[in-house]
Amino acid sequence: MLITCPYCGPRDVIEFTYQGDGNRERPQPNSQDLDAWNAYVYDRLNPAGDHNEIWQHSGGCRTHLRMVRNTVTHEISSTSFARGDHNAAARHKAGGKS
Amino acid sequence: MAERQSPERLSPLEPVFHPGSHGNFEHGVDVILTETRPGSILQLAAWPGEEKKLMAAIRSVTGLALPDGAGGGVAKDGKAVFGFAPGKFTVVDEAEGLASAFAKTVTPAVGTVTDLSHGRTAIRIAGPKAEWVLAKFFAIDFALPAFPVGAGRSTTHHDVFAQIQRTGADQFDIYVFRSFARSFWKALCHASEEVGYEVQ
Ligand SMILES: [Zn+2]
Repeated sequence: MLITCPYCGPRDVIEFTYQGDGNRERPQPNSQDLDAWNAYVYDRLNPAGDHNEIWQHSGGCRTHLRMVRNTVTHEISSTSFARGDHNAAARHKAGGKS
Repeated sequence: MAERQSPERLSPLEPVFHPGSHGNFEHGVDVILTETRPGSILQLAAWPGEEKKLMAAIRSVTGLALPDGAGGGVAKDGKAVFGFAPGKFTVVDEAEGLASAFAKTVTPAVGTVTDLSHGRTAIRIAGPKAEWVLAKFFAIDFALPAFPVGAGRSTTHHDVFAQIQRTGADQFDIYVFRSFARSFWKALCHASEEVGYEVQ
């Protein structure tokens, strides 16, 4: 199975590490919302089909990646740098009132 | 009385480094293995958005102009540079002291300088079968169109990190952790036996 890293190009899956479900939204560290923490820690969509995931090219450039993997076929329909995502989210939060 | 001498640089390969021809070389030597022993091996990293400034700093200190693009690099005049991750570059010089030169140019606002001169060992494999031997180690495409001269790649061999720069049509420089270098070298020699190799 090959995964196409946006920096390194197609690489063997053995170079990559799964970093978890990409749908989770971590509550603010000081959040007292127990339901939100419970959802973050336990709730999973577990779809049979496309799934948002975070991976790391741990045996290559070591960047964290956001990927969409089909849990039935293992087809990976998109890969992108997770960092861009993270920065966009951070900017969004900084500008808004939470 | 003992004279004052500059400290001798020791190689981790020393106990297993045997110059001469080895393996199946009756029909010729198809790869040459050497340790290049550069004086400086640095890792430079730019903060997001500062990549161009870091590339300009590399040019002003080393005279090497990095091509744009992932894994781009160049090697000449005893110096080498290549990208190994987004905004991150390995810079190598035959001479010592490259870290202090960069410490002045790469300001904290631009990025970071990490001196790995004592942390990495540089191994060169050259010859018509270099691609063939390396293809047994790493699951990447070594063909010239996919891996052009000057370009760098980050990959692993049995969970041991390796950075590889193509420094010639049939020549590659491999940077491995110093602590794993002897093991890697022995494996490289073993893999080169079938084609005949010479250690220089
Ligand atoms: Zn990568």
